[in-house]
Amino acid sequence: MLLITCPYCGPRPELEFAYGGQAHIARPQQPADLNDDAWAEHLYMRDNAKGAHAERWRHTHGCARFFNAVRDTGSDRILATYETGTPRPAAGDLVGGAA
Amino acid sequence: MHDTLTAQRPSAASMSAPAIVKPLPAASRFILQGSAAVMAAAAAALALPDTKLACRASAHGERAILWLGPYERLVIGGEAEGAELTRLLAAALVDLPHSLVEVTDRQIAFEVTGPHAAELLNSACPLDLDLSQFPVGMCTRTILAKAEIVLWRTAPETFRLEVWRSFSAYVVGLLEEAGRA
Ligand SMILES: [Zn+2]
Repeated sequence: MLLITCPYCGPRPELEFAYGGQAHIARPQQPADLNDDAWAEHLYMRDNAKGAHAERWRHTHGCARFFNAVRDTGSDRILATYETGTPRPAAGDLVGGAA
Repeated sequence: MHDTLTAQRPSAASMSAPAIVKPLPAASRFILQGSAAVMAAAAAALALPDTKLACRASAHGERAILWLGPYERLVIGGEAEGAELTRLLAAALVDLPHSLVEVTDRQIAFEVTGPHAAELLNSACPLDLDLSQFPVGMCTRTILAKAEIVLWRTAPETFRLEVWRSFSAYVVGLLEEAGRA
């Protein structure tokens, strides 16, 4: 079982967590101003990174908070976790130094 | 780990069972959500230290405040003092935005106690329950098999489990099964 480090609770078993999709997707300020293509882009189009990917997780069966994680989609290794609303860590700040 | 538990478990009638699961007396319960200021005011109103540290409980007598999340606490009191707790908290928090929900009857409490209490819980819960990692006073929401529980270590060999009422037969049956010789 993976251990995921919740920014609030520390390292915890994977089964306490729920995945929440790609992180840092800003909802358009004025959705009504978007055409269908731009709205579809916001709703449906996501990165499909091979390597470091910033994504939302929720410590559902723990503190219940959402937070962000950078995960290597190849190795499944969690390279960093950080509070929602804070910027994605620089590559040099990830576990292992770079990804 | 499991072998130790089964090998050392004596007959059910023995007083030296490695881990005993028993229901705890009825209590009153509340879920409090709000900012750090809300938590500080609530703790002061209940004459308890403010649990600023994550996953820590502060308790005195029948009253306890358990950290569930940065903005969420479980407040426990004696069965008869539910109205009193409501009054104290409402008065202390009247000027602060918060949510206070009574959940007295939503869940019931069990105690798991004995030299192998942690091992028994670990049969269905993957948390590291070594005393160095999960010391006395630590509490958290977690998973026991398929049930969400709140786990609180009240003594080196004693845990309090807050279990949602409809999960209680499942949780107790599971622990009894896991401890069976
Ligand atoms: Zn957490």
